[in-house]
Amino acid sequence: MSTRSVIPFGPQHPVLPEPIHLDLVLEDEKVVQAIPSIGFIHRGLEKLVDKKDFHEMVYVAERICGICSLGHGLGYCDAVEHIMDLEVPDRARYLRTMLSELSRMHSHMLWLGLLADAFGFESLYMECWRIREEILDMFEIATGGRVIFSIMKIGGLRRDIPDDMLKDFRSRLDSIEEGLKIVSKPFVDDPAVKNRLVDVGILTPEKAELLGTAGPFLRASGIARDIRSTGYCAYGDIDFEPITSTGCDSYARTEVRIKEIYQAIDIMRQCIDKMPAGAVDVPVKPNQLPNGEFMTRIEQPRGEALYYVKANGTKFLDRMRVRTPTFANIPALVDVLAGCDFADVPILVLTIDPCISCTER
Amino acid sequence: MSLVNFNKTVIKNLFSKPATRKYPFEPKEYPERTRGHVVNDMDVCVLCGLCSIKCPTRAITVDKAAKTWSIRPMSCIQCRCCVDNCPKKCLSMDNHFTEPGSEKVTKTFPQSEKAIAAQEALMKAAKERAAAAAAAKAAANAQAPAANAAAPAAPAKAETEKKED
Repeated sequence: MSTRSVIPFGPQHPVLPEPIHLDLVLEDEKVVQAIPSIGFIHRGLEKLVDKKDFHEMVYVAERICGICSLGHGLGYCDAVEHIMDLEVPDRARYLRTMLSELSRMHSHMLWLGLLADAFGFESLYMECWRIREEILDMFEIATGGRVIFSIMKIGGLRRDIPDDMLKDFRSRLDSIEEGLKIVSKPFVDDPAVKNRLVDVGILTPEKAELLGTAGPFLRASGIARDIRSTGYCAYGDIDFEPITSTGCDSYARTEVRIKEIYQAIDIMRQCIDKMPAGAVDVPVKPNQLPNGEFMTRIEQPRGEALYYVKANGTKFLDRMRVRTPTFANIPALVDVLAGCDFADVPILVLTIDPCISCTER
Repeated sequence: MSLVNFNKTVIKNLFSKPATRKYPFEPKEYPERTRGHVVNDMDVCVLCGLCSIKCPTRAITVDKAAKTWSIRPMSCIQCRCCVDNCPKKCLSMDNHFTEPGSEKVTKTFPQSEKAIAAQEALMKAAKERAAAAAAAKAAANAQAPAANAAAPAAPAKAETEKKED
């Protein structure tokens, strides 16, 4: 019988610059149990509904997280639009879909880079982030921001993306796809990379379902659950299938995310081809105030995110609540960590694509 | 093996231009839409104060008595809300970021002489118009009773009579 020791992991740790803390109970080199604790960067953003009116809350929602910024703005606007019975114009729906896919691409490229960094493949990490830079440039051209886009508003979009800009995006997508083909090969074929990923952190489909997992983490366990299939924004008009893998391990999660980047490029092309003409927003009169409550779900790059908004007929909301994918994935992470090697902990923490800023808001 | 594939990329990178810029010597060219900082054209601004009401972070203050427009750049989140809501279109978003500073300052801009003069001229013209309109109304009212007496009774005229009482 070996002795047990507890090793604190985080809040500052080698995986990513976000503060998650795990108490790892070890028996020799094996992790027996992982006890998570979060709450290091709680900022009380949901409480700001008392001080900011429902139009200004869009900016607060966008600042929940730097990576899923666009999705948070979209989810919040979608909920408020449903309460106010606003019909978002078709062009705005398509542009929102296109921008969400662009956001998914940049989030997954960031994750691939971090993964390469976690197993020590520095040059691959740099290559991934070089491609991500091109995606961020596209964001800057379209919205004027690289991290905080400020393009969502209640009733549509704040600025139109003109057709010639969309045409330029199409050619940029081609070059990104070329780069991605080169970068994704080492992740899929390289034996050294496979050694670190295959059969590491198995999450069976039953466990994934039981623990309420979300996003690529769930789909890598073979369950085809994607909120985009519900057809919010323009996803109903777009031809796509949720990407799954039956590997259930870290390799499967990498594979799902790589395929999702290709799928995002495809969806963006479809959006650009089908882009309807017309206005991008419906005007909201100053005396038009939300009254009622609504819950909406969208597919963030990291998985299903839930937005709940309760309004009382004044310009200040009663409640705004966000449940983020990382929050849903932590129970499964704890399950996966039990029984793994100590050296695999950074990779496993990374495979859920943790976003602690989102989780704690 | 795929590692050979990646070696190709590595060798290519050795002989190609770097993806990065030598930053301070090679400044970045920002796209047109980049939200750098808010600029106010004080020659056009009428200090209506709509920007300060719409600003989500209350970074803008408008002092109508002192005729100044001020902004706290450290509070500004570059959301472009003020620019979208400006009725005179004097606010705009410059696509360059402000210089870094060591302390939180409030930048205050006085309304320019030109804008004050233009606004005063407008006010004067408006006052004159109002005075002219009032005079015309008074004249019309003075004529009205005579016309009313001659013409048969109608609801509109009844109202004018009431006003006179």
